[in-house]
Amino acid sequence: MQEKPKAVALISGGLDSMLAAKIMQQQGVHVEGINFYTGFCVEGHTHAIRKKDKAKPKRNNALWVAEQLGIKLHIIDIIEEYKRIVINPQHGYGANLNPCLDCKIFMVGKAKEWVAENGFDFIITGEVIGQRPMSQRKDTMPVIARESGADDRLLRPLCARNLPPTLPEREGWVDRDRLYGFSGRSRKPQIAMAKKLGIEDYAQPAGGCCFLTDQSYSRKLADLWQARGERDYELDDIMLLKIGRHIRPRPNFKMIVAREEGESRFLQGYKKSFVHMLPVSHRGPLVLIDGDPGEQDLLLAARLAARYCQGRDAEQVEISIVRDKNQEQVSVAPFPAHEIPEEWLI
Amino acid sequence: METLDARQLLCPLPVIRVQDRVKTMQPGETLEVTCTDPGTRHDIPAWCRIHGHRIINCWDENTEIVFRLEVGA
Repeated sequence: MQEKPKAVALISGGLDSMLAAKIMQQQGVHVEGINFYTGFCVEGHTHAIRKKDKAKPKRNNALWVAEQLGIKLHIIDIIEEYKRIVINPQHGYGANLNPCLDCKIFMVGKAKEWVAENGFDFIITGEVIGQRPMSQRKDTMPVIARESGADDRLLRPLCARNLPPTLPEREGWVDRDRLYGFSGRSRKPQIAMAKKLGIEDYAQPAGGCCFLTDQSYSRKLADLWQARGERDYELDDIMLLKIGRHIRPRPNFKMIVAREEGESRFLQGYKKSFVHMLPVSHRGPLVLIDGDPGEQDLLLAARLAARYCQGRDAEQVEISIVRDKNQEQVSVAPFPAHEIPEEWLI
Repeated sequence: METLDARQLLCPLPVIRVQDRVKTMQPGETLEVTCTDPGTRHDIPAWCRIHGHRIINCWDENTEIVFRLEVGA
């Protein structure tokens, strides 16, 4: 190979992929980053929406990592294609609705396409054997390489010494002796390496970077599929699952109740697409109604909406209901908090 | 000058929309992007720096954030 070898790194915004890219740069490889947007990414959204998170940095960590490394980052929208991974994962789900193994195979496969289109030589990831229970195991790592089609053009610099040599190693594009043999769940080796490389600031998202690993979120998605009688979704559906309190008092409708001002403001953008209600006699949250509620359902929803406003202890609360551009006002007794069945809360 | 409406989109979608539009433009051309996600204040300038584009100006219009950028070589 005459020119510098070129690698594309899957950059999540976390420490491991940052280190993997850095190791390659140190070996003289030209590295560019690729980051996939599935719609389920935790990245920034809730911080951008929720008022109480206003103080948290709103940076996109993948972009931030790329800038620290001095590499280009290509962010790819895979929302539509990703649906089949979430809806029908060939390797099944993890503890929640997280199709981690299928997800990794899909992303590495997309990276392989990108490599071919852009004249790059190989793919790197920050995977470490044993780091994650589903996708980062010694027996699943070859599955990812094989089923993605990347085969031996997939290099994992942090644990390469525990795996057979890949094409970049055999061809001498990278020096295997300067790769690493990390394994297990411990983060200590990565943290020590970061320190050695002078990397002090990095994201450490608790529970990973995908909402599908979150139990509460997965429950809401399963409820959505059950209520609609089909396993499908649109981007707005999965965005709304990240926001507010979700209550399903009846099978034919659910309520999305903003928990604070930032969420209310965000839900305002969806008002036109939903029946919605707002307390008028007291301060309270905007509530969207998803589904097909009847008259009695709306009165029940209004009582529940009243329970979440500042008039929760009042005898009556005035609630404005907007449906098909028609606005009406009802006076209801707030639903007593202790009478809300637990199974209504999704 | 080209314009791009990225209102009501949460990051990284505004960045992806900018990225996709800039691919169709020539060096020296300008793009004005309107956003509502406060995260764009960081992300769009960061994306521009990484890819060699220049933020000419950025200002607020009520709840909207407007960026004017020049496509780099």
